[in-house]
Amino acid sequence: MIIDLKNIAVTFDEEPILKGINLYIRDGEFVTLLGPSGCGKTTTLRIIAGFLEPNSGDVMFENKRINGVPPHKRQVNTIFQRYALFPHLNVYENVAFGLRLKKLPEKEIRQTVEEMLSLVNLKGFSKRKVESLSGGQQQRVAIARALAVKPRVLLLDEPLGALDLKLRKDMQIELKNIQQRLGITFIYVTHDQEEALSMSDTVVVMDCGRIQQIGTPIDIYNEPKNAFVADFIGESNILDGIMKSDYSVEFSGHTFECLDKGFDKNESVDVVVRPEDVDVVAVEKGAICGTVTSVTFKGVHFEMIVDIDGFKWMIQSTDQQFEGDEIGLVIEPDAIHIMKKSDYSGQFGDYSSFSDEIEQLSSASEEV
Amino acid sequence: MKENTSLAAKISGAPYIAWMIIFIIFPLAVVAYFAFTDSTGSFTLNNIATLSRYSDTFLRSIWFGLIATLICLIISYPLAYIISQTSQDKQRIIIMLVMLPMWMNFLLRTYSWMLILEDTGIINNWLIKMGLEPVQMINTSGAVVLGMVYNYLPYMILPLYSIMSRMDNSIIEAAKDLGGNSAVVIQKVIFPLSMPGVVSGITMVFVPSVSTFYISQKLGGGKFTLIGDVIEMQFQTSYNYNLGAAMSLALMVLILACLFIMNKFADEDEGGIIV
Repeated sequence: MIIDLKNIAVTFDEEPILKGINLYIRDGEFVTLLGPSGCGKTTTLRIIAGFLEPNSGDVMFENKRINGVPPHKRQVNTIFQRYALFPHLNVYENVAFGLRLKKLPEKEIRQTVEEMLSLVNLKGFSKRKVESLSGGQQQRVAIARALAVKPRVLLLDEPLGALDLKLRKDMQIELKNIQQRLGITFIYVTHDQEEALSMSDTVVVMDCGRIQQIGTPIDIYNEPKNAFVADFIGESNILDGIMKSDYSVEFSGHTFECLDKGFDKNESVDVVVRPEDVDVVAVEKGAICGTVTSVTFKGVHFEMIVDIDGFKWMIQSTDQQFEGDEIGLVIEPDAIHIMKKSDYSGQFGDYSSFSDEIEQLSSASEEV
Repeated sequence: MKENTSLAAKISGAPYIAWMIIFIIFPLAVVAYFAFTDSTGSFTLNNIATLSRYSDTFLRSIWFGLIATLICLIISYPLAYIISQTSQDKQRIIIMLVMLPMWMNFLLRTYSWMLILEDTGIINNWLIKMGLEPVQMINTSGAVVLGMVYNYLPYMILPLYSIMSRMDNSIIEAAKDLGGNSAVVIQKVIFPLSMPGVVSGITMVFVPSVSTFYISQKLGGGKFTLIGDVIEMQFQTSYNYNLGAAMSLALMVLILACLFIMNKFADEDEGGIIV
């Protein structure tokens, strides 16, 4: 265990930002803090970096309390969203900055800088001014600069947020490779769930200053703990259901077989059904049926909104249906995930007001 | 499209060009004309030759200007940094307080310093009441420099503050993150990045300090005549416009030379721009 946060709380201007964060991170792990803007993920990162002191709680580094230790004495380094390169220094001097402060011999500095620049594929850029570089190149310089001082933990604060989609995908793979090659711990902050799922060993989903769920990407996707997680990670239809008995749940006016147990008899629960896990069949063969209200072609599949007893489902299918079609739906037991009721119940998972545009608008505003 | 914009640019630029010709180029030409002619209007180098008699005054003006600029820089730099680190609301209030004296008339401000520093002024009266010896403050070179520093300090604080408040905080954090303590961060990051502000602050304090008048008359008791006072005298009492113009011209050349040298210094550290 390299980092351990114990009951961290932070308040700005009497407004609680973090409400008791408990999180331990193993050495060499790729951990992602995932959540919408304002969820406290960046604040958590800044506490580990030492830019911010928590109002209460302990920050442990290899079992030593490091509250109050200034950033320059911590073995962690940060990659900032806006690169934060020194504009008055060239690429070489930027990467050498931390090494010069360590007063290393010039020969060793040169060797390390060259090594780092080749690690981030920027060989031959040493003499360039940082302003002359593209966003992706600047972020590479920032990565080289941070890795040059050999940190134990690298903190990345939405490092790819300012890059375009194509470049972001390439950099994701590259970052993951660098992490695996160097074997150091990465703590990565993002609001992009796809990024989180594809890069991380462990995903920490946060909202409203609290950790909602910690788990592997597969766990987080398949076994979300509450409606917030289910909605934030991927698309989910979240329905009110009643647990009839172990392995049996009722929702949408039908009793389904499921794989979950351990709930009280007739306990009300949230039921998650992923859009891609629903099979579309003829009306008479379906367990439940509904009317298609819209269809969007997405390339790999069609995405449709289906009205079932007034609740709008999102369903993805490779077979084309048309607006107004009556269809039947079959849901296999392993496609159903049951969650305990939470504060988030009822807030998510209904696609009645759904449109791609709104989705894009909200994700665009998050990136600002 | 391209033609359009360039035409629009020409038209919209015209008033400014006219302004510059009427109020900058033409007056400069007039000054140059007077400097190289005598009272009858014929060409002469006498005015320029006469300047050597005032070399002491020129040197003193530049010397006082340099000291005042240096003191302003020493006071303003940490102050501007501290202001830039406070909350937005506080910043606005402090900056307003910094500018407040500038809203008051320059002559009035200088005159009040006279009342404060006089042998029977506020400070000395107070010292006497405390049973201490009065101190000679008025009519010293220190009083003159004090007058300059007081009057021109805001012109140093404002450009420094403006560049420091716009500095990207994550760059400073990055420097700390990479192992820099506060001293290193200031020396290796904040100072080099604030160089443009330093250069413009120096320019804005040094130029008016060197050419100022009235301050030395009131606070220096006429013992430390500065070139600005001599120029004023040529126009107001001696009516020797030609010599006055020659002095102005020489002062301009000297200031340009000083700024050029200072910019050279700044360039070495990177970032100098303004002449």
